[in-house]
Amino acid sequence: MTERPRRISGMGGDRPRREVVTSPRTRAARRPRYPVTREIDEQTRLGEVYIRSLVRTQFRLALFICTVLGCVVCGLPVLFMLVPDLGEVRLLGVPLPWAVLAGLIYPAFVAGAWLYVRHAERNERHFTELVERR
Amino acid sequence: MNPAYGVTAVVVVVVAAVLIGGFGLRLSRTTSDFYVASRTVSPLWNASAIGGEYLSAASFLGIAGLILAYGADMLWLPVGWTGGYLVLLVLVSAPLRRSGAYTLPDFAEARLSSVAVRRTASVLVVLIGWLYLMPQFQSAGVVLHSITGAPDWAGGVLVAVVVAVNVLSGGMRSITFVQAFQYWLKLTALALPLVFLLMAWRARGAPGLPAGDSASWALPLASGRDYPVYSTYSLILATFLGTMGLPHVLVRFYTNPDGRAARRTTLVVLSLLGAFYLLPAIYGALGRIYARDLLATGQTDQVVLTLPARLLGGTPGDLLAALVTAGAFAAFLSTSSGLTVSVAGVIAQDILGGGGVRSFRVATVLAVIVPLALASTTRSLPVADVVGLAFAVAASSFCPLLVLGIWWWRLTPPGAMAGLLAGGGLACTAVLTTIVGGPHHGMAGALLAQPAAWTVPIAFVVMVVVSLATQHRVPGDVARVMVRLHTPEMLNVDRGDWRPRRS
Repeated sequence: MTERPRRISGMGGDRPRREVVTSPRTRAARRPRYPVTREIDEQTRLGEVYIRSLVRTQFRLALFICTVLGCVVCGLPVLFMLVPDLGEVRLLGVPLPWAVLAGLIYPAFVAGAWLYVRHAERNERHFTELVERR
Repeated sequence: MNPAYGVTAVVVVVVAAVLIGGFGLRLSRTTSDFYVASRTVSPLWNASAIGGEYLSAASFLGIAGLILAYGADMLWLPVGWTGGYLVLLVLVSAPLRRSGAYTLPDFAEARLSSVAVRRTASVLVVLIGWLYLMPQFQSAGVVLHSITGAPDWAGGVLVAVVVAVNVLSGGMRSITFVQAFQYWLKLTALALPLVFLLMAWRARGAPGLPAGDSASWALPLASGRDYPVYSTYSLILATFLGTMGLPHVLVRFYTNPDGRAARRTTLVVLSLLGAFYLLPAIYGALGRIYARDLLATGQTDQVVLTLPARLLGGTPGDLLAALVTAGAFAAFLSTSSGLTVSVAGVIAQDILGGGGVRSFRVATVLAVIVPLALASTTRSLPVADVVGLAFAVAASSFCPLLVLGIWWWRLTPPGAMAGLLAGGGLACTAVLTTIVGGPHHGMAGALLAQPAAWTVPIAFVVMVVVSLATQHRVPGDVARVMVRLHTPEMLNVDRGDWRPRRS
């Protein structure tokens, strides 16, 4: 963005006809450019687009985690129902349903939560960079 | 068990709670201190406090008891009570903190600018709080009865008085320190005896389960309860979605400095709870081997308290039993304190009609007396079952309000109101029918005992449909509220001028 106008104005002396092309640029330059935070504060269409995109990004992330969680949690009873032999399988001497429900699922929750926090904070960092850039 | 040890344990916990609470007394001066500790609580304290507040009598005694009675299906209770925080983390934690609201009714008002929705939310907070407090008092009575032979009401009264004094003198800042202390006490009180119990179990040749059990009790969906598949899914829905609607848990999120800290606190909470919930299942399994006679008397909630004396005996057994008793009382005190603070806050503000320290004090007494009266009049159910009902009401009322309020721009005040009334009303009716009139049998009994599987979808559908039908009532400031809920604090944007009502 910053390079192209310079190149055009540098070549402007050779070819006066270029003025037609530059006229939108001068009109654009006359309008002051707001930081996006001001668009958000004044509730312009542009500001709303930014906010909606942030909400949508975060919601998609939340929905992803919830879907994975839902599949695991709602899948387990079905799995135990359809494959009753799983109760016979032993993990370190403990029946598999117990090993999963009374042990393994907790570290899995923490891992999912950690993943979510990392991504949510990254989304917010990106949004902040986007909005504060002028 | 030697009663002297048990009594000493109870006295030590009670005195410690009062003393630690007393430290907060000098610090809390203003109304804001009373409500949310001025938001100066550090994240680790905060996470321990949430853990301490959350792990109630149901977690400490009830889960092991239900596992002893019904086996593998009951493992879903602790799983749901932990997993609920994952759902809360991803859907609610940061936006809720950013809303700046102190309580659930505050959130309803901030999001929807409606006093009517606020009032409805207040009533539901009080109902859920009372429903949750009642079994805490009942269990306190049972525990005190078992160690001293005192009448059943005495334990409940003791807990109620200590909690009221603590809340009245220190407000929430003191509660935060009490709660954080209680988490670590409860973890120690359950983990340390377990080490000795397992050693004793190995020394006896590590006996397995009785022959009949490994074919039924140890397997999922074979517990002997009616309609196990429906009950399991309903339980999963209630616990995973109900956690976010518990008033005493949400109030903790306001003590985080910002949304990012709220998320990180939740992550720590998940780890703390995961560590704690590894323990009750082992107690339940050991109980199945060594304390089967509790099944006949129906006092399965006692399994955690009786195992040390049965396996170890002598002075070590008595000492460990005293430690477990101390942990149980810590559980009664911490959960009741947290619930009392939030219920009293809502009663003071929305029902007595004014903030201020004086009305908060009147409200505290009200918040404690009603469940105490309920505890002595209603029939006694397993503690984890009653707490599960409180989760079902929360999941059918506040879960849709929070999720749709935070993520859906088109939610309207009439929609929210209709959803709260339909979901909360149906769940409350089911709960009352179960507690007062039960036990009911057959499919109707299962539907009433585990209402979440039908009340939660009804609440969501009603809220969405009525909102879509009343789109002209979408609050005018919804865009500003969304900015407030979702933009990181480091951005300097206009977040609107809504402030929680405080005098």
